[in-house]
Amino acid sequence: MDLYQELILDHSKQPHHAGLREPFDAEVHHVNPTCGDEVTLRVTVDGTGLDGIIRDVSYDSQGCAISVASASVLADEVIGRTVQEALDTFAGMREMLTSRGKVTGDEERIGDGVAFAGVSKYPSRVKCALLGWTAFTDALIRAGVDAQALTDHTTQGVTP
Amino acid sequence: MTTAARPFTDREVAAIRGDFAILTRAVRDGHPLVYLDSGATSHKPRAVLDAERAFYEQHNAAVHRGAHLLAEEATDAFEAARATVAGFIGAPDHELVFTKNATESLNLVAYACSNAAPTDDPKDPRFVLGPGDEILVTEMEHHANLVPWQELARRTGATLRWIPLAGDGTLDLAGLDGLLSERTKVFAVTQVSNVLGTVNPVTELAARAHAVGALVVVDACQSVPHLPVDVQTLGADFIAFSGHKMYGPMGVGVLWGRSELLEVMPPFLTGGSMIELVTMERSTWAPPPQKFEAGVPNAAQAIGLAAAVRWIDEVGIDRIHAHEGALAERLLSGLAERPWVRVLGPAAGRPRGGAVSFVIADVHAHDVGQVLDDAGVAVRVGHHCAWPLHRALGVPATTRASLAAYNTPAEIDTLLAALDRVPAIFGVAEAS
Repeated sequence: MDLYQELILDHSKQPHHAGLREPFDAEVHHVNPTCGDEVTLRVTVDGTGLDGIIRDVSYDSQGCAISVASASVLADEVIGRTVQEALDTFAGMREMLTSRGKVTGDEERIGDGVAFAGVSKYPSRVKCALLGWTAFTDALIRAGVDAQALTDHTTQGVTP
Repeated sequence: MTTAARPFTDREVAAIRGDFAILTRAVRDGHPLVYLDSGATSHKPRAVLDAERAFYEQHNAAVHRGAHLLAEEATDAFEAARATVAGFIGAPDHELVFTKNATESLNLVAYACSNAAPTDDPKDPRFVLGPGDEILVTEMEHHANLVPWQELARRTGATLRWIPLAGDGTLDLAGLDGLLSERTKVFAVTQVSNVLGTVNPVTELAARAHAVGALVVVDACQSVPHLPVDVQTLGADFIAFSGHKMYGPMGVGVLWGRSELLEVMPPFLTGGSMIELVTMERSTWAPPPQKFEAGVPNAAQAIGLAAAVRWIDEVGIDRIHAHEGALAERLLSGLAERPWVRVLGPAAGRPRGGAVSFVIADVHAHDVGQVLDDAGVAVRVGHHCAWPLHRALGVPATTRASLAAYNTPAEIDTLLAALDRVPAIFGVAEAS
C-alpha cells in the first residue's frame, strides 16, 4: 500500500515533539467527529504578524497513523519558522491533500509532508492528515496572530 | 426460537447474491467486493429497485390527495406497503408510521413529548415531562437513541440518567432498581447493540420500566433486519427501525407505537396530510398514523421497503438469523486465533447479533480499515455513532464487521487473511 510510507509509519510510532509543554500562548482541542480522532495542540509564537517566529508546537494526538504522523511532521516543519513560512507549508499540504492524487507535493515547500501524497487518493482520510494543521492555524489565531493575514495567506494557491 | 433454523447452504447464498447486482462489483485494483458493513446500510435486492421503479413508471401520484386514478392507485400501494411492513413485526396497520429514518422515528417521540408540555388543552400526562422527571437510557446507545433524549431533557428540565455498560459489553443491571422510579417517564434502549452485537433483555427491562409507569422506546434498527421481532411479545410501547438497513431503500424508516398511545400522543411535524380541520386560528389532527405523517409521504420508498420485507419473508428471517449467527461464530473463532486481536462485546456462546467489533493493539481502527479496504473488504471504522460506549470501553475507535444474508463463509476468510497483513505493516508483535 503506497498510503503507509515508511516515513509516515516512523512518525506515527515515534512522533517528534510530542507531549504538551509549558509555556504556551494558546491551546486548542480539535476532533474529527466521524472517527473520534482528537488532538490537543499548543503553540508558542513571538509576534503577531506573518514575520512572527513559532518557538514551539507541542501536542497530544490520539488517532490513526495518518493523523499522528501528520502532527509530528507539522511540528518538525514549523518549529523555528516564521508564521508566513508555516502557513505556506500548510497551504502546500492542503493543496496536495485535496488534489485527489493530482498534486504530488513540493519537497522544498512542505518537506517530509510529501510522504502524505498518497493520502489524497483516499478522500475519507484527508481529514486525518489535516486535523493537526487545522488545529495549528486555529491555535495561531488564538495566540493573537492576525487572523485576516492568516486567512488571506492560506487561501492563496489552494485548489477549491 | 423453538425450532432451530439452518444457515443457508452455499447454493442458497449464491442464489441470494444473485439478487444484488452490486455484489458483482470489483473494487480497489480488481478485488471482488467483500461487503461487511451492512450494519451501516445493507444492499438492496433487485425486487426493491423494481418496486420503486414500477411505482414511478405506473402509479406515481401524491398519496392521500386527489381523486384521480393514479392518486387512488398510489394511495392503495402506499397503504398496502404499510400493511406488509406492519405484518412483518406482528402489528396492525394503523400502528405503523412511516418516517424518513429511524432517527426521525425516535425524534418524533421525543418531540411529541415536548409538544405535550404546553397547557393549552388536556394532554396525556404520560407524555408531559418537566423538572423532577427522569429519562432513562443506556450507555450502549447509538447517538440516535441518546441525543434526542438529551435534548428532550434540556428542553423540559427533566433529568437524563443511564444504565452503565458492563466490561463484557452487556448492560450492568445491578443498579437498575435505583435508576427506575415513579419519576422515570421514558425508558429508551436498543434491542441489539450496533457496535457489540449485544442482545439486550428488552422484554424483561420493559416489564420493569412499565412497573413504574414509564414509556418504553426500543431502537430496533439492528434487530428487525436480523432476527424475528414481534411487537406483541416484545413489551415495548414504541419501536424504531430503518428501511435501508433491512434491504430497503434509503429515506424510509418506521415508528411503531401502541394504538392507545398513538391516539393521545401529540404530533411532531405539522402541516399537510396530518390534519382533520384547519381554520385560520387552529387545527385538529387526523387519526394516527396520518397524524404523524405530515407532507406528501415517501410512497416510493415505503413501497420499496414492503418489497424488501417480502424478499426477507421469501428467504426467511429465522434462516437469516441462523446464517448470520454461523458467520459470526466463524469470524469470532478466527479472531480468537489471533492473539493480537481483541474482540469487544459478549463472549462466545452469549446472545449476540451479527455485528463484531474488535481492536488491534496500538493500531488505530482507521488504519486497520484501510488495510482491509485495500483487499476489497468493506468494514466500518470509528465509534459507529456510539461515542459514549467507546469511552466506557476505554477505546477511541473500533473496527466493525457486520453481516447480512448475502455474506459467505469465504468472505469471512478473506477478512481474516487481509487482517493478517496488519501486524507486519504496523509492526505489531503477533504473539502479543
